[in-house]
Amino acid sequence: MANQHFDGIKIRNLYKIFGPDAAKHVEAVKNGLTKTELMEKFGHVLGLKDINLEMPAGCIQVIMGLSGSGKSTLIRHINRLIDPTAGEILFNGVDVARMSQDDLREFRRQKTAMVFQKFALLPHRNVLENTVYGLDIQGIARSKSTDIAMRWLERVGLKGFEKRYPNQLSGGMQQRVGLARALANDAPVLLMDEAYSALDPLIRVDMQTVLLDLQKEIKKTIVFITHDLDEALRLGDQIAILRDGQVIQQGTSQDIVLRPADEYVANFVKEVNRGRVLHVEAVMMPSSSAPVGGMTIAAGTTVEEAVRMLSSVPDGDVTVVSPSGKSLGVVTFRRLAEAMVNSQEVPNRHGRTLAVAH
Amino acid sequence: MSWFNEFPHMEDDSLRALKQTIDEGFRSFTRGYGDSIESFFAPLQKFLLLSERLMTQTPWPIIVLMILAIAWAASRSMKVVLGTLFTLLAIGYLDMWDDSMRTISMIFVCTVLSIVMGLPIGILMARSERFQRVVNPILDVMQTMPSFVYLIPVVMLLGIGRVPGLIAVVIYAIPPMIRMTNLGIRLVDKDVLEAADAFGSSHWQKLKNVQLPLALPTIMAGINQTIMMALAMVVIASMIGVQGLGQPVLKAIANQYFTLGIFNGLAIVGIAIIFDRVSQAYGQRLQKHREIVHG
Repeated sequence: MANQHFDGIKIRNLYKIFGPDAAKHVEAVKNGLTKTELMEKFGHVLGLKDINLEMPAGCIQVIMGLSGSGKSTLIRHINRLIDPTAGEILFNGVDVARMSQDDLREFRRQKTAMVFQKFALLPHRNVLENTVYGLDIQGIARSKSTDIAMRWLERVGLKGFEKRYPNQLSGGMQQRVGLARALANDAPVLLMDEAYSALDPLIRVDMQTVLLDLQKEIKKTIVFITHDLDEALRLGDQIAILRDGQVIQQGTSQDIVLRPADEYVANFVKEVNRGRVLHVEAVMMPSSSAPVGGMTIAAGTTVEEAVRMLSSVPDGDVTVVSPSGKSLGVVTFRRLAEAMVNSQEVPNRHGRTLAVAH
Repeated sequence: MSWFNEFPHMEDDSLRALKQTIDEGFRSFTRGYGDSIESFFAPLQKFLLLSERLMTQTPWPIIVLMILAIAWAASRSMKVVLGTLFTLLAIGYLDMWDDSMRTISMIFVCTVLSIVMGLPIGILMARSERFQRVVNPILDVMQTMPSFVYLIPVVMLLGIGRVPGLIAVVIYAIPPMIRMTNLGIRLVDKDVLEAADAFGSSHWQKLKNVQLPLALPTIMAGINQTIMMALAMVVIASMIGVQGLGQPVLKAIANQYFTLGIFNGLAIVGIAIIFDRVSQAYGQRLQKHREIVHG
């Protein structure tokens, strides 16, 4: 019901300044006052500076940054848990920042759901009662909401745990409850604020898989906050990297890894396992000639996967084919191996433009 | 240099005049409004009589069973129930049953009244800094003003009897209820509150689903303190005609009856311990899901 006509979230010229006279200093910041100067001269903190993001419907938008970069502040603007100092957050063309309190409450109930870093479950309610929480608030009768909640609990792998209390569950399971609670709302937008940061690494990967599997079905617009680049690259259809309250690069995982916008991003990317991120089409020699016979490999396969497949067959050109069977280009085992270790910039073969914020 | 050795105080005459004026003013207020104030408190009088009749006219075995059932329902502990039974039997055997029932009925009414008034005040205090700044000093006065002092205006207004006693006890016993409600709500985890906001809770939904349930253990501690303070006040309230265990104690003080005093005093202690253990055990049970039992 909620998905009809939803065309994504647009954030335009968003500024957030923390302090008693925030509005006064917006102009100065727009005219080039830096974060440090604002702090020293006026004692105000610059949280976000000129954020412009378009999040298309049905995609996972990852916002990545280290602590203090403003990423948690940014996600709280989407459902206005934090009020912006200037700028617009457009949801289907409606500015969230200008909604009345009643409209905002209705918007939060119907259009967004949120998953929190520290789970934020109600300790006095059991798993099932926690899952129906959002539906309770919408005023849906328990007889109906219980069915919905049970379905989502089963979907996130918590069948049989309905009567347990949050303190009887591990962190990973508690976050599954948090996820089920958010999904039960059936809102078009799912906000995940460092949802997996408090989990240990194996469980985190596990939960990422849960989310990716679910997304194939539910096609929500997911905004995912993380400080972990590996997580960002694995989940994000689009990634925006935030530093000191500014977006320093946005693009796909391929863009970020192959063409880091600056030294700062490059430093992150150095540590990334490139084989798992890069797709074969990003490293192939493009050619549109028909397949010459022999091996083919599907576009979208990761380089690591391709190396594993090719390691047991004789050397030679392998054709990369699109899902429709069209030939896109060729790769060799050597070229793939090179891509896994080479951190030099690979020229952009697709003519895809880089989205780099100023 | 007389001002140096002796504190320069108001003229004796004007001081006397000041006191007289205030006294006169209050007396004429009493004459003018005493009756309407009394009729305002009439429902309380009814409530008090009803609960007292229930406690004293019901046959004792039924009362004992009732109290034991409440103790079991709240604490789920055999130890507490047995302790309660022993205390009640000892009180009855030493011929203090009727007085004890009157005291318990009085404490019950005081506690209900304190909760009904204290809970909303505590909630308002947690919501508004300004209201908190106003109420806090009033609570300080209520807790530190010697209780005999506010017995005077209460008696002047309402005479001697149950209702003025009730008011005196409530004034003394309500502050912990208000303070702990305020504290409990203020201590609710900010993350959970943010989640409530993010899901679009109204103020009332937030209060009902999140703040009150999470503050409940602290509020229970407040109720426990209120009961204890009400019991402590029972002897003083007996000076203005509240019946119960306080009156024999008062008689014992006046006539130096050592044993009478100690028996009735111990009965108050016994009732206090029952109330305390039962309400604490209930508070503990509320906390059961808060402790971390799994990493």
